[in-house]
Amino acid sequence: MTASAWFQKKPKIAPSEPSDSEGGPSRMEGLWFKCDACGEILLREDFEKNLNVCPACSAHVAWPARTRLLHLCDPDTFEEFDAALEPQDPLGFSDSKKYKDRIKSTKKALGENDAFVGGVGQIDGVQVSVGAFLFEFMGGSMGSVVGEKVTRVFERAYQLKCPAIVFSASGGARMQEGIFSLMQMAKTSAAIQRFRSVRKPYLSVLLHPTTGGVAASFSWLGDVILAEPKALIGFAGPRVIEQTIRQKLPPGFQRSEFLLEHGMIDAIVQRKDLRARISSLLGLLG
Amino acid sequence: MAQVSYALEFERPLIELERKIGELKSLSKSGAVDMAQEVGRLEKKAKRLQEEIFSDLSRWQIVQLSRHNARPFFLDYVSHLFTDYCELAGDRHFGEDSSLIGGFARFDGEPVLVLGHQKGRSTKENMERNFGMPRPEGYRKSRRLMELAARFNRPIFTFIDTMGAYPGIGAEERGQAEAIAVNLEVMAGLPVPVICTVIGEGGSGGALAIGVGNRVLMMEYSTYSVISPEGCASILFRDATRADKAAEALKVTAKDLFALGVIDEVVPEPVGGAHRDHAAAAKSLGAVLRRHAAQLGKLSGDELIADRYDRFRALGVFTGK
Repeated sequence: MTASAWFQKKPKIAPSEPSDSEGGPSRMEGLWFKCDACGEILLREDFEKNLNVCPACSAHVAWPARTRLLHLCDPDTFEEFDAALEPQDPLGFSDSKKYKDRIKSTKKALGENDAFVGGVGQIDGVQVSVGAFLFEFMGGSMGSVVGEKVTRVFERAYQLKCPAIVFSASGGARMQEGIFSLMQMAKTSAAIQRFRSVRKPYLSVLLHPTTGGVAASFSWLGDVILAEPKALIGFAGPRVIEQTIRQKLPPGFQRSEFLLEHGMIDAIVQRKDLRARISSLLGLLG
Repeated sequence: MAQVSYALEFERPLIELERKIGELKSLSKSGAVDMAQEVGRLEKKAKRLQEEIFSDLSRWQIVQLSRHNARPFFLDYVSHLFTDYCELAGDRHFGEDSSLIGGFARFDGEPVLVLGHQKGRSTKENMERNFGMPRPEGYRKSRRLMELAARFNRPIFTFIDTMGAYPGIGAEERGQAEAIAVNLEVMAGLPVPVICTVIGEGGSGGALAIGVGNRVLMMEYSTYSVISPEGCASILFRDATRADKAAEALKVTAKDLFALGVIDEVVPEPVGGAHRDHAAAAKSLGAVLRRHAAQLGKLSGDELIADRYDRFRALGVFTGK
């Protein structure tokens, strides 16, 4: 067996022991993890224990939304809502594949209905309405279901008079739902406008990557906006900007550190410190 | 009639015929021969041809019409429909953005706020207007003006006509996404009537940033889309030249969006398109604006906010509870 075979994502022969006791068979991606950023190789188990952050270079690798929410909330307090919402195909859209078929295969592969999970939980005893993007579901793109679920996070916070927290990781609008995906920007922002009257904080956490219509609506409307290190955050994607202005973008452009420097976010917080920081802010503002 | 600066492919037979009619007319005038009968026959033919072409436009042809540089732009509608227009400049933070402009004016004598994207007709004008693509300053200025309108209780009319918000380094540095997001929230909370009309191109978030109204109208040959057909084609079909196919798939026309329940009304344009008769297009829009303004004028500030919330709250297609 060559060394590289150890790291292939989908081994032909399943590892002898499960790499993740929670995730089940679909998450057996190999025993080892190799960091894309620094090349460090470590046991997947150790990597996951470190919240999917590389211990060598502290690259913040994608972290599954459900794991994140369970880690955020006090044990046994997170309750999911709106899980039954499922996407439709309002335009009868088709590119290289029919949108209907794309949804079907993605749903099957991930065991998720769409790109967002929302619900209610407690953080150090404080009730919160909270949600997070599943970036792996069509790039976390926002169609009608995501827009509806985000809206309900704020409507629930409004009704319960409790803080709202959203973790964003999205390429933006879901093209396949055309104008309906664009309208989710207005719908979610209007829900925030209404939520403001209860005078509870909305904490927005921007993860890698947050761009397009998600960045340009509810994600940037947080009373406090936090970001994980080195996340790509902006309105237009780097490729679009390069094509428009016909020049190379400076290093670090649109990364969390760049945004902090330009006054566009409140703080960059390491993943291991995020829960404590959120809890502090809830205490100070909530 | 507005000067038509270029002819779209599908308009060419018509424009050729009109040129011929013009020649015959000038011949008649010179007294050489009486061509009245022939001119009459050709004029009828031109009218038939125009109706024929415009009764069966593809979505891609409508996209081309929506971008035509002779279409009435924001300031053309202002000069036809409003009086006493006082433009107000600047976002009070960084700069002035001449691609998204506005000010107070009178509509049927009543003071109102008008706001819109402004494109240029010539290359020089377009450079000045940044091709109608606002930077954050444009959105922040428009927010400032809308807040003034709320304070002084003036109805707001917005006119949407942009390829999209400008994707540039400075725009990102100064918070393009934040500027758009804040507009969406501010518009949702305005206690005055807001009527938005897509007059040309409705390009994505850069259009929606002045598009959260109690009423959203579209001119007959305007378009409104989450992404340009070219952008969609290049991402999904990996081929920007298939924009025609993407325009079909995205369903970007006024008729489509009305059928989908996303807009409230399609405003008829003169046959042949608004670019061939600015005054008639403005008259048509004016009548529709008047009707909606009268309806909204009866609602209180809270009712207007609730009406706008319900309008956008209902948009989305999914199953399950």
